Amino acid sequence: MTTHTHRSTTARREAEVIAPPGQPLIEIVREFDAPVDRVFRAHVDPELVVQWLGPRRLRMRLEQWDMRRGGAYRYVHVDEDGTEYGFWGAVHDVQPGRSITQTFGFDPEPDTPTLDKAEFTDLGDGRTRLRVVSVTHDVATRDAMLSSGMEGGMQESYQRLDELLAGPMEAS
Amino acid sequence: MEQEERLSRVFAALADPTRRDVVRRLATADATLTDLASAYDVSVQAVAKHLKVLEDAGLVRRTRQAQRRPATLNADVLDLMTAWIERRRREVEERYQRLDAVLDRMAQDEEPSLRRQEGAAS
Repeated sequence: MTTHTHRSTTARREAEVIAPPGQPLIEIVREFDAPVDRVFRAHVDPELVVQWLGPRRLRMRLEQWDMRRGGAYRYVHVDEDGTEYGFWGAVHDVQPGRSITQTFGFDPEPDTPTLDKAEFTDLGDGRTRLRVVSVTHDVATRDAMLSSGMEGGMQESYQRLDELLAGPMEAS
Repeated sequence: MEQEERLSRVFAALADPTRRDVVRRLATADATLTDLASAYDVSVQAVAKHLKVLEDAGLVRRTRQAQRRPATLNADVLDLMTAWIERRRREVEERYQRLDAVLDRMAQDEEPSLRRQEGAAS
């Protein structure tokens, strides 16, 4: 598997994350070497979702998965010491092969869900572009979300934060 | 926990549009309170308050050059924001590499049946 490819034909294989200063949103763009229907199915079929959505080191338990207009979902990431991180949301709309619109909430912060829209674009040649825009209630919530590592594994995030903060900032 | 509070202060400081604008200006050049106040339609006291918040968050340093005390952007803290976005990007990339693997497995599973159905609509 190559990790460094500079040829333009494979440009932007790696995920791009855009968090514009002062705007309450996070945008993710990623391209896949798979047809759009397959990428879409991997997002809605619960048996496929559990294979990739959760961080590798955490166990993922799907408690509810109803990906259709007016549906809902809930899943829990369980780490090594049994700590659970629950995520849930309402499914607002699903357009097969085109888009999924849903809210995304984290148990400890029930009143600050994001509104997420995932769009699937057929790039031809069996390739697909996925673009996910998450909108938060305000910029402060977006920034807090960005800093907290919503994926779970909070301890690891905070350790890295400690390292970062213990670095150059102290030297003034 | 103290570190977390520090980061919260950074984000809280940047949640205000005027303060973000001050940071943008200081990214170009150091400026005194008077310089900054003339750029906004608010009182010198209001700008001083904003500067204080930025200073407390560690985003801005005010050097002691006699009366002038120009404010300087503390670039390390902004690098921290960049680091957060990069960390997030890596998390997302890891997740999508797992999805790549799932898509590969799906392709392997689908190929025999596709041949059998000879391209029947899915």
